Amino acid sequence: MSESYLLLALVGLPFLGAIVAGLLPARARDTAGQLGGAVAIASIAIVVSVLPAVEEGEVLRLELPWMPSLGLDFVLRMDGLAVLFVGMVSVIGGLVILYARYYMSAEDPVPRFFSFLLAFMGSMTGVVLSGNLIQLSFFWELTSLFSFLLIGYWHHTTAARDGARMAITVTAGGGLCLFAGMLLLGHIAGSFDLEVVLASGDRIRSHPLYVPVLLLLLLGALTKSAQFPFHFWLPQAMAAPTPVSAYLHSATLVKAGVFLLARLWPVLAGTETWFWIVGTAGLVTMLVGAYVAIFQNDLKGLLAYSTISHLGLITLLLGLNSELATVAAIFHIMNHAAFKASLFMAAGIIDHETGTRDIRRLSGLNRFMPFTARLAMVAAAAMAGVPLLNGFLSKEMFFAEALSAASPRPALLDILPVAAMVASAFSVTYSLRFIHKAFFGPNPTDLPRTPHEPPGWMRLPVEILVLACIMIGILPAATVGPLLDVAARSVLGEATPVYSLTVWHGWTLPLLMSMIALVGGVVIYLSLQRYLQRGVEGPPLIRRLEARRIFDRTMVFLSWRLARLLEGLFGTRRLQTQLRLLLFVALLAGGLAVVLRGPGPGNLEPAGIDPVLGLVWVIGSACAIGAAWMAKYHRLAALILLGGAGLVTCVTFVWFSAHDLALTQLLVEVVTTVLLLLGLRWLPKRMVGTGTRSPEVLTVARRLRDLGLAVAAGVGMAALAFAVMTRTPPDLLARHFLELAYLEGGGTNVVNVILVDFRGFDTLGEITVVAVVALTAFALLRRFRPAPDSVDVPEQQRYLRAVEAARPDRREGITVADWLLVPSVVTRMLFPVICIVALFLLLRGHDMPGGGFVAGLTVSIAIILQYMFGGTAWVEARLQVHPLRWMGAGLLFATGTGLGAWWFDRPFLTSWFSYLEIPVLGTVPAASALLFDIGVFALVFGATVLMLIALAHQSVRGHRAVPRVAVAARAQPSSPAAAQPAVAQPAVAQAAGQGGGG
Amino acid sequence: MELVVSIGIGVLTGAGIWLLLRPRTFQVIIGLSLLSYAVNLFIFSTGGLRSGAAPVLEPGTAGSLEQHADPLPQALVLTAIVIGFATTALLLVVLLAARGLTGSDHVDGKEADR
Repeated sequence: MSESYLLLALVGLPFLGAIVAGLLPARARDTAGQLGGAVAIASIAIVVSVLPAVEEGEVLRLELPWMPSLGLDFVLRMDGLAVLFVGMVSVIGGLVILYARYYMSAEDPVPRFFSFLLAFMGSMTGVVLSGNLIQLSFFWELTSLFSFLLIGYWHHTTAARDGARMAITVTAGGGLCLFAGMLLLGHIAGSFDLEVVLASGDRIRSHPLYVPVLLLLLLGALTKSAQFPFHFWLPQAMAAPTPVSAYLHSATLVKAGVFLLARLWPVLAGTETWFWIVGTAGLVTMLVGAYVAIFQNDLKGLLAYSTISHLGLITLLLGLNSELATVAAIFHIMNHAAFKASLFMAAGIIDHETGTRDIRRLSGLNRFMPFTARLAMVAAAAMAGVPLLNGFLSKEMFFAEALSAASPRPALLDILPVAAMVASAFSVTYSLRFIHKAFFGPNPTDLPRTPHEPPGWMRLPVEILVLACIMIGILPAATVGPLLDVAARSVLGEATPVYSLTVWHGWTLPLLMSMIALVGGVVIYLSLQRYLQRGVEGPPLIRRLEARRIFDRTMVFLSWRLARLLEGLFGTRRLQTQLRLLLFVALLAGGLAVVLRGPGPGNLEPAGIDPVLGLVWVIGSACAIGAAWMAKYHRLAALILLGGAGLVTCVTFVWFSAHDLALTQLLVEVVTTVLLLLGLRWLPKRMVGTGTRSPEVLTVARRLRDLGLAVAAGVGMAALAFAVMTRTPPDLLARHFLELAYLEGGGTNVVNVILVDFRGFDTLGEITVVAVVALTAFALLRRFRPAPDSVDVPEQQRYLRAVEAARPDRREGITVADWLLVPSVVTRMLFPVICIVALFLLLRGHDMPGGGFVAGLTVSIAIILQYMFGGTAWVEARLQVHPLRWMGAGLLFATGTGLGAWWFDRPFLTSWFSYLEIPVLGTVPAASALLFDIGVFALVFGATVLMLIALAHQSVRGHRAVPRVAVAARAQPSSPAAAQPAVAQPAVAQAAGQGGGG
Repeated sequence: MELVVSIGIGVLTGAGIWLLLRPRTFQVIIGLSLLSYAVNLFIFSTGGLRSGAAPVLEPGTAGSLEQHADPLPQALVLTAIVIGFATTALLLVVLLAARGLTGSDHVDGKEADR
């Protein structure tokens, strides 16, 4: 069990390290490097400690509940294949971290680099240890994500950004296919657990969904492993720092694809479809990659295409449906990781010490960095498949397979030995070119820096890897034999074939093929000398066929041209058109419903028409139509008519037993009207046209169409309302609320009990919305800039000032000093009365019409009346309302009441009630719902007053900007000072900061 | 009675929709207000139209649909009215700010191309 938890540490430690590294200061290069090294060493130690158990054939397993309701567990599972990969990930990870410590410049934010690198290490470990398909997909996407971040590490360069974007588009796109494939695979197998899936191979292969599953999974694997035709992202990813290329883009990330192919080999392989798709993709990739690699002028580009080619080789081996080929594939995965990582590091050293990676500029470095040159030569020889090095062994296994593989269609197999030799010869050619051009020849002439040996610690990882290449090459059975054996057995199980890991098999055909390939490679290199001397970019014959360019074109088309085209066809920025479309669709949907289901008569007989209500609605309809008629040229008239329609609505509510609604509607009507009146000040003047010119035909047509839409909507809505009203309403909830309102809620006003008790949580949400809306309006008004033609004080005030200025005997403002004196005295006297009424409404809300909403609106009307008749200055000198405090207090109070229920071990917002005997007042209901309602009251009051006062202040600040003493300025109303009103802050904001209560 | 209220809802809707489709911001705000009356009345009417049956109970009793109107649509509409006021206010402020920024009270921020 404790060993199982080591698996969790294996996945968790790198992520933990990533978080810590991410928190380090940007200059802490050494600390981050040491942290990364410690994590890698810990991982290696864990792998070593569990190795004996795994080598005995044990499968370590850790299960943690993840989403038990969906039957998903977080499963970590370590078998032979996983231990091989985790070993590679942590060993090469450790070496790369050591290398990166010296490679990365101190000027870069290195801790971030190590953070990403460690997180990638964790993700990759997660992929190989996942015992659950969904979880595997998750970690798979994480590797894509961190690869993206690492490629884009130097995000100030275009190449890094483009490369990163291309990599994530291709690999994450493949990852989505993989996820879909995994879901299907789990569906077929009946479980997402890897053990179950691996055990149900026959069922999966014979399932009708086998081909779709295979295609989806292969899309994921082949994009990740940069297989043709998805190979183009890998060379672009070389914009990453070289340690990243060495780690991700040769040793680990790109191996995730082949890992998956190997992992699911027992389940998916063995069919002709598998053979054709995987085999062909591998073969083409191997040949094309090797061919293109020869002609690369960038060291890392050469290595990238060679990586593509070698991954093609591994894919081809896995596609051959042969057990022995699979062993060879696993063996080559290890060998390739060793020599390619060291080559990338060598290329990085060259880049680091000379300042360039261009083969055409490099030359004769053997004299400047002899150690590095020797190391690179050995690694390149391993890549070329020279005997006594590890690359030779797996390549010879491949040749043997190419000759002997028994497969359904010999057509492909006939060319296989030839293709194998050609690819191998190409491999020799580019290895030779790498070594010859970089290390031999005359002294370099135009290098940015004078080359010299790198620091010893930077060379150490290369030395270790090259030593591994040699050791495996000479003593394969003693070094990697056990590991390869346990990995192969974990994939193939009982079917693991007998294979021999020795250097010398005698004079065999594969050996002859190796020799031919070696000689052929040298011959090709010599014969290409003249062509390569010219230094042209790209390979001959297929230079114009660049997958990258096709990809770019596709992306531009999809993300730009197609998007623009569709926007042009279907989009509009005009609100009216959008609304018209919306309405049209709504009408269509409503009409369709009627056509499909039939209107059908209602089951209730409509009640007789009361002439009074009929008359009321005649007035209401006239008001509505009048408001529509007047809204353009006579805003004030439209506003009054709107109020009329509102009042009719209000009467209707009273008529049909909804007193709470009528009360609320009436108060809201008042507040809305005041608000819109305040807004009128900032709208432009609009005069009725002279009438000599009739409107254009197009305008008339447009209006007729809108009229048609409006009439259709009105008729439809009337029909719908009538149809609804003549049917028995559903009463399930109504019955429930009516029965329980008193017995459980303790209130006789059922509407209020619903609001503050049964659905208190909804009300809490709603008052929060009101608060947010009010704050938004307030924030907008704080930065309000009126339109230029509305900046000046209104016409009437200008006239007044001109009159006062013209008559020296009249002091400024004296004309309106007693303006509306009687109403203002009356409203002052009414103020306490209105407040008492509000209190009454609030307290009786639970039992009779009233409540927090209504009370809040009432008090805000009391306040706004004072503003209207007393004037802003008069009111604010005597009464400071702090709307923001009221709102905050209200929200806290309401939420606190809800939280109070927790104190009594009840769910949030559970209410409690009782009736108290208080002298004089009599029996008073005391429910916790009343406290909640007080919160509602405070918030509604605060929000309403906030919006009203904030808007009202916009009119005042224009006055303040006018100098009060300068008579000359008054004579010229449009003085520059008046044009700068936006400087003055609304007094509400200032008031909110001061003491005192409302 | 149902007929009267239905026609009333229809007229309010029609006038509201007509104004919604107009180009001036003030027209749109009046239109939205009219439309919200119509919608509130419609939601309210789904509980049935009954006179003299306010959902206010006798203390100590359980209410029933025989004596009282459906309280649920009323509760829904009550909060809708308050929220409707708040959003109308916000819309007004946004429109005023937009006019300040664009100098036009056209809904698109600029006069339509002729």
